[in-house]
Amino acid sequence: MNWTSFDTWLVVTAALCAVACALPGCFLVLRKMSMMGDAISHAVLPGIAVAFIISGSRDSLIMFLGAAIVGVLTAVFTQWISRFGHVDRGAAMGIVFTTLFALGLLLIVRAADHVDLDPGCVLYGAIEFTPLDTIEIGPVSFPRAALVLTVVLLLNLAIIALLFKELRLSSFDPSLADTLGYSSQALHYLLMTMVAVTTVAAFEAVGSIIVIAMLIVPPATALLLTHRLIPMILIACVVAVLSALLGHLGALTAPSWFGFEATTSSGMMAFAAGVLFFLAWCFSPSEGQLIVWLRHRKGPRDLIPPPEIS
Amino acid sequence: MNSLIKSMSPKGDAVDENLTAHPDNVPLAVHDLTVAYHRKPVLWDIDLDIPEGKLVGIVGPNGAGKSTLIKACLDLIPRASGEIGIYGKPYQQQRHLVGYVPQRESVDWDFPISALDVVTMGTYRQLGWFRRVKRAQKERAMEAIEQVGIGHLAHRQISQLSGGQQQRVFLARALAQDAKLYLMDEPFAAVDAATEEAIVQLLQTLNEKGKTVLVVHHDLATVKRYFDWLVLLNMRVVETGPTDEVFTTSNLEKTYGGKLNLLSEAARALQAATR
Amino acid sequence: MNSLLSVTLPGYTTMVVVGSTTLLGVAAGIIGSFLLLRKRSLMGDALSHATLPGIGIAFAVMVAAGGSGKHLGGLLLGAAISGLLGVLVMFLIRNTTRLRDDVAMGLVLSVFFGIGVAILGMVQELPNAAGLEAYIYGKPASIVASDFKLIAGMAIFTSLATTLLYKELTLLCFDENFARSQGWPIGWLDLLLLTLVTAITVVGLQAVGLILIIAMLITPPTAARFWTHNLTTMMLLSAVIGGVSGGLGTFISAWAPRMPAGAVIVLVAAAIFLASMIFAPAKGVLARRFRRRRLRLKVDRQHLLRAIYELLEAEQAPSSIINHSIPVTDLLRKRTWSKVEIERIARLARKRGDLEPPSGQELCLSESGFGEAARITRNHRLWEVYLVTHADIAPSHVDRDADMVEHILEADLVRRLEEALRRSNTWVPVPDSPHRL
Repeated sequence: MNWTSFDTWLVVTAALCAVACALPGCFLVLRKMSMMGDAISHAVLPGIAVAFIISGSRDSLIMFLGAAIVGVLTAVFTQWISRFGHVDRGAAMGIVFTTLFALGLLLIVRAADHVDLDPGCVLYGAIEFTPLDTIEIGPVSFPRAALVLTVVLLLNLAIIALLFKELRLSSFDPSLADTLGYSSQALHYLLMTMVAVTTVAAFEAVGSIIVIAMLIVPPATALLLTHRLIPMILIACVVAVLSALLGHLGALTAPSWFGFEATTSSGMMAFAAGVLFFLAWCFSPSEGQLIVWLRHRKGPRDLIPPPEIS
Repeated sequence: MNSLIKSMSPKGDAVDENLTAHPDNVPLAVHDLTVAYHRKPVLWDIDLDIPEGKLVGIVGPNGAGKSTLIKACLDLIPRASGEIGIYGKPYQQQRHLVGYVPQRESVDWDFPISALDVVTMGTYRQLGWFRRVKRAQKERAMEAIEQVGIGHLAHRQISQLSGGQQQRVFLARALAQDAKLYLMDEPFAAVDAATEEAIVQLLQTLNEKGKTVLVVHHDLATVKRYFDWLVLLNMRVVETGPTDEVFTTSNLEKTYGGKLNLLSEAARALQAATR
Repeated sequence: MNSLLSVTLPGYTTMVVVGSTTLLGVAAGIIGSFLLLRKRSLMGDALSHATLPGIGIAFAVMVAAGGSGKHLGGLLLGAAISGLLGVLVMFLIRNTTRLRDDVAMGLVLSVFFGIGVAILGMVQELPNAAGLEAYIYGKPASIVASDFKLIAGMAIFTSLATTLLYKELTLLCFDENFARSQGWPIGWLDLLLLTLVTAITVVGLQAVGLILIIAMLITPPTAARFWTHNLTTMMLLSAVIGGVSGGLGTFISAWAPRMPAGAVIVLVAAAIFLASMIFAPAKGVLARRFRRRRLRLKVDRQHLLRAIYELLEAEQAPSSIINHSIPVTDLLRKRTWSKVEIERIARLARKRGDLEPPSGQELCLSESGFGEAARITRNHRLWEVYLVTHADIAPSHVDRDADMVEHILEADLVRRLEEALRRSNTWVPVPDSPHRL
């Protein structure tokens, strides 16, 4: 294995993205909205396509805007359909994102003569090229994506830090939050905006598969290890960084075991996150399957009796 | 005392070796039952023998494990220990003898089927795999739905029924099962007075036919009027027996212990009921 | 000339493709109905993403075995196996952890898809690997006659299996706990349902791709649900909508240049969904709005008539009420209406012939309106008395509750009310019958 500064930058970029996703992801998971990340990351396609067709360039800012708007619209449409049509939330989400994705696909194919935009690139990104696109700041050159993702990460961090109390309350008890004057609706859309913006910032650099995976898997892993919110967020961030690192290492080493030369790091990073989840599932001190099984083998587990009736 | 420490064994380990102790004529015999969710006990060391032909109320505060008891009897949740005998045998062999009325909120009432279709579900077990519903099943379902007094609504879609009518649909479904023992999870929850009266009458009809009925119940004020046998439950069985003997202030204090509002409410209800 | 013919008379190849996607749409519509009612629509999404590693592995294995690797049956078998594996992992996560359905789905979706992307990245080096991404976006044009047989066979099989299991699946979707208490194997039924979904997903990969196949499973049944309250009708309708979307979508895409079939199919289905959601008479948004508005108008009119009648009653002996006009100001005092509202309601009542033609600031019941007002007032009081005597409801609450129900009292119910009140010997303060006047 030949590790270069190229690999370092790749992992750093991916880790930044992973943490930026894991932060809002914790709240998505707690709000039972995990699939929203998947939905939004597919649904932003028409936003990107329209922005691309209008501007005729891959100018990040316009695409950013277009995708973010469509991302938020996904949440809004889902809400409308499930409320006005009395449709199951999951089904509403499925209809909205597949329709938007189909629309995006159609636009891209229709415009294929004028513009060069590959839907595959949108979905999987081209993380292998990310470190090559650099910006010079003083003597050091940073990958542009790393800078963009740093900004998004800080933005997410700031929002969560500022609204921590409100987000926690509305995730656990939306109706109480409403009665206390913190509109859970507004917080919901704020969260969706964060997810959309993060998705868009990440898709070009690292591909949306990393976004979908990092929104869900690290928070889920953390939830197996702790019951409390702040430790959960911290563990999720650690898992996210580890997934990026291990995923890239895996991408460098694993293919040779099967006689292949290389593979995409983004896929491997999602896989690495899955492996970390599996480890937590087995070895979580409180509820890991292996731990519980061992305990059970060692001897019957005592239950604490309820108080006697006097 | 040995029951103070329970072993956490998965569902399969609970062998019903003591079942010979349960005579065939006892509709429901619960022995040494403990149920835990995530290692927190919900029911502890429950011992119950319900005599045949009684109208039984299961009464206790919120979180006392009333619904859990019913679900455990139906094998819907794993138990940490204990056996349950339905007429002397495990539930799996006696399903045909048991009718079940779940809580109304446990299903989606927007489901695209008619009231009659729901009631017909009571006959599915007898029908078995792949066989279609025929006239005989429809007729039995219609009979059951007439019995709860909403025959004229049989072909309405279930979301177009009121809460009380929906509850009656569930009762009719249990009737269509044609069981000997009925387990009902809060049939009186959030129904209008007319439905409550209809349900009470239905319970009494079942009772007169010699059926045994267990009802999870909330309203202390009506306990004395509705039931002739009581189970006072608060994770443990506080007391069980004929209502006249069991429904006393001291027993209610034990059951609702510590919860002052409830206690005073219980005292008031008792006064009202004994007046 | 030749090209014109090919447009009006689609060639054999196009027919095969259209036939395949139509059948696919029908089957997906049928099985999707149960998926929707089980509230597991997005599980189809997770499942379809989970097929990707299977495609990659099957391809690599077939190449290693010396084949070209592009054998459709083999690829689909691989896809089905890894899709089912995804389902099992979802169930495992759900049953062994505190994590909920949505997390289990998201986890399986992203991790399996990640593995799939990684595997595709590796096998990309193999010869003949180009075109595997077709399974992500779909490429119906590549369907040939032998594929059609496979797709048609699977579609017919799953549709038959679903109809055969109609009773069991209905029970599973409606009341899981009751089904389990009756001894039905819920876990196996769930697995069976998802196996059928997997079968459809897998054969649909080639046509619409793994991201959009979920639309064929969700959109038609959801659209059908707006039209009916009957499950059988809903399934039939869903099958039709699925078939039309599949067939029409493919046809449009074959006919117009640069229209990817998968996307067009989904957009056709979405258009049908949107139209259903807005216009369908059973549960559509407009129909519900319309019904609610009609009820409100009815309630308003009844309120107005009763208010006038009660004003007349207040100033005369109940046995000999004579109709005459009432000043609007009196009505304003009696109910919390604004002047504009009263005028609107009065216009409505006038159109129905309940009121005499306008006379400035006074309202006067017509002859038929007077009878109607008496009837409405009587029903209102019957209902009030019934509630007070039969329902243990505090009298202070009666008026509001009565207001909600009395407006929809049917003749039959009124008769039964009267009977109930007569049986209980309750005095009913109802106005005299209007017919004697």
